[in-house]
Amino acid sequence: MTISIDPQKTNNESLQPKGWLRYFSFSLDHKVIGIQYLVCGFLFYLIGGTLASAIRIELASPMSDFMPRDVYNQVLTLHGTIMIFLWIVPVVNGAFGNYLIPFYVGARDMAFPRLNAVAFWLIPPSGLMLVASYFVEGAAQAGWTAYPPLSITTPQSGQIIWILSVLLLGGSSIFGGINFIATIIKLRRPGLKLMQLPMYCWAMLGTSLLVVLSTPVLAGTLILLSFDIIANTGFFNPVLGGNVVVYQHLFWFYSHPAVYIMVLPAFGLVSEILPVHARKPLFGYTTMVFSIMGIVVLGLVVWAHHMFTSGTPPWMRLFFTIATAFIAVPTGIKFFNWVATLWGGKISINSAMLFSCGFIINFVFGGITGVALAQVPFDIHVHDTYFVVAHFHYIVYGGTVFIIFSSIYHWFPKVTGKMLNEKLGILHFIITFIGFNLCFAPQHWLGLNGMPRRVAEYDPQFQFVNQISSLGALLMAISTIPFLINVFLSVRNGKDAGDNPWNALTPEWLTSSPPPVENWEGEAPLVEEPYGYGKEFSEQK
Amino acid sequence: MTTLDSSNEIQKNNSEANETHNDFRMFGLITFLIADGMTFAGFFAAYLTYKAVNPLPDGAIYELELPIPTLNTILLLVSSATFHKAGKALLKDKNSDSQKWLFITAFLGIIFLICQLFEYFHLPFGLTDNLFASTFYALTGFHGLHVTLGTLMILIISWQSRINGGRLTSQNMFPLEAVELYWHFVDGIWVILFIILYLL
Repeated sequence: MTISIDPQKTNNESLQPKGWLRYFSFSLDHKVIGIQYLVCGFLFYLIGGTLASAIRIELASPMSDFMPRDVYNQVLTLHGTIMIFLWIVPVVNGAFGNYLIPFYVGARDMAFPRLNAVAFWLIPPSGLMLVASYFVEGAAQAGWTAYPPLSITTPQSGQIIWILSVLLLGGSSIFGGINFIATIIKLRRPGLKLMQLPMYCWAMLGTSLLVVLSTPVLAGTLILLSFDIIANTGFFNPVLGGNVVVYQHLFWFYSHPAVYIMVLPAFGLVSEILPVHARKPLFGYTTMVFSIMGIVVLGLVVWAHHMFTSGTPPWMRLFFTIATAFIAVPTGIKFFNWVATLWGGKISINSAMLFSCGFIINFVFGGITGVALAQVPFDIHVHDTYFVVAHFHYIVYGGTVFIIFSSIYHWFPKVTGKMLNEKLGILHFIITFIGFNLCFAPQHWLGLNGMPRRVAEYDPQFQFVNQISSLGALLMAISTIPFLINVFLSVRNGKDAGDNPWNALTPEWLTSSPPPVENWEGEAPLVEEPYGYGKEFSEQK
Repeated sequence: MTTLDSSNEIQKNNSEANETHNDFRMFGLITFLIADGMTFAGFFAAYLTYKAVNPLPDGAIYELELPIPTLNTILLLVSSATFHKAGKALLKDKNSDSQKWLFITAFLGIIFLICQLFEYFHLPFGLTDNLFASTFYALTGFHGLHVTLGTLMILIISWQSRINGGRLTSQNMFPLEAVELYWHFVDGIWVILFIILYLL
């Protein structure tokens, strides 16, 4: 791609369309790409949310009456895949990472802008392909884990499209990870030390390391699985001498770190939001950094705790139980640090703060059930039951999605120059928090009493609790309405935000809102104390 | 002639930081190769697990001969050396020497691929015969794909160095250095693959 143009005009501005059209272009501007990730991810969130509603409607009665069983399997597979690979991973990494990391390191763009645009534009086609597979011969039915032999014996076309789409999304994720590592390590403004970076940079560095080390293993595994499906090889097919447990090991070698890929960036984002709205420095910066890196290292060696019922030998169970329990240590350190950040702070109760506090509450609960699940005897009892579903959603919805909303409330003024409506925001939080807990807390009980997951029909004794859970899901669906109204109204008629409505100290607030094309007029500011709230700051005021 | 490379532009604007802007392309490539290496690591882990856990069924044929892969190992190791020579020649502004060494490297790569195909056609087992046969073809095939890509890239950069005004000069070594690193990586993977598949 070589185009001869006047060298003086060779910059982003002259090549890209203006206005809203640039969000549909192959833009190289990290801010445009960040918004592309966010909006694209949110559209897929709405699709995945609709599928989740369909699941909860089906489960409101013990019989499979809302949809046939195989359609139920397709719906739960699509729900899981869309929510993980098209909403949470792209948004919490791609959207906020692209928007914020260049500001935080004092750069004008990411290290590889074109690779960045390629990484984003892999997502819409693969997502559409995945959704469209439902209308061909039926989507994949084997769950987001695609365990063989189930994934080999269910209809092939949907499964192959699923594999192809996940491979493309994995590629996108790897390109993004390479870009983040290079940007954070190599593109830092002169004079800015690693230990002065805002915490989100550290979180993204750790996440990107996990992406680069583990996603390729999933890619290789899925290639082998597609050989099993198309070419009739026997890697994972016991009939042909293969070994299904090898698939599980390789799959979880990616998919356990994937949980940290979804959650570590949220840890970073909440570390940005809490100090601003509590007007206090982030407590224990160094311990935060080391606990992120500790989670990265431990996160790579705990995968077999998903496989305690797969005939794992006792020594393996012992090792993975202990390693998993150890993760609670760095995670606990982070939680104590956040609580200590809030302690004695001058806390403003606004939507961003409420969602962050909701995150802390939900995630502690999900973390405690996680430690419980790491114990072999307990895990064998609740394996593949609704207890696991509840635990996972407490981490990923109660944790990460709460932080995504918190971050939208926090950074919306920077991106658009307009404030979001606080009343609608608080309403959004209240409905989401009640709906979420109503939906997923009862599922712990369901799981402990033996209701299996991924099944359209269940024992009638569970009906009442399932209906409570479905009511919660209804509230969660309703909660998006005030949010969407809020965004649409505020983009048009919101109160002007000014450059720094929260009086924050991190670098992205030191430029205009919305920021200019190359982030700063003149040189990037050197922010040595991103969390220097308190004495010096009040003297400045 | 300018390209749509805004990263360079942005870096030039970015005060003193522009001194190092070539470096992180290499850094990005190294990160990518680590990721690529993890794919192979996954395959190797799967193969070793199969070897440890899954016995070869009665009557299944899985035998490998050593001569061709040994020759292939030598070919790739020599090609790494010739590629290194090409880089040295380019550094001394001897463009035609550099191009000659690149052609030799690409030629060795092609011979490697031909030998590999020859081996495929003369093996007593096919892709779906048994688990180990499948793993053998998947591993060597995935590596062969890397060699094919590498050979194509070598041919492309040798085309770029064809005249003195070409893009590949001692001032612009990056394409050659990048492909060279990739080629050494593919060689290294082959050595591990040779040890695990043929010798163990």
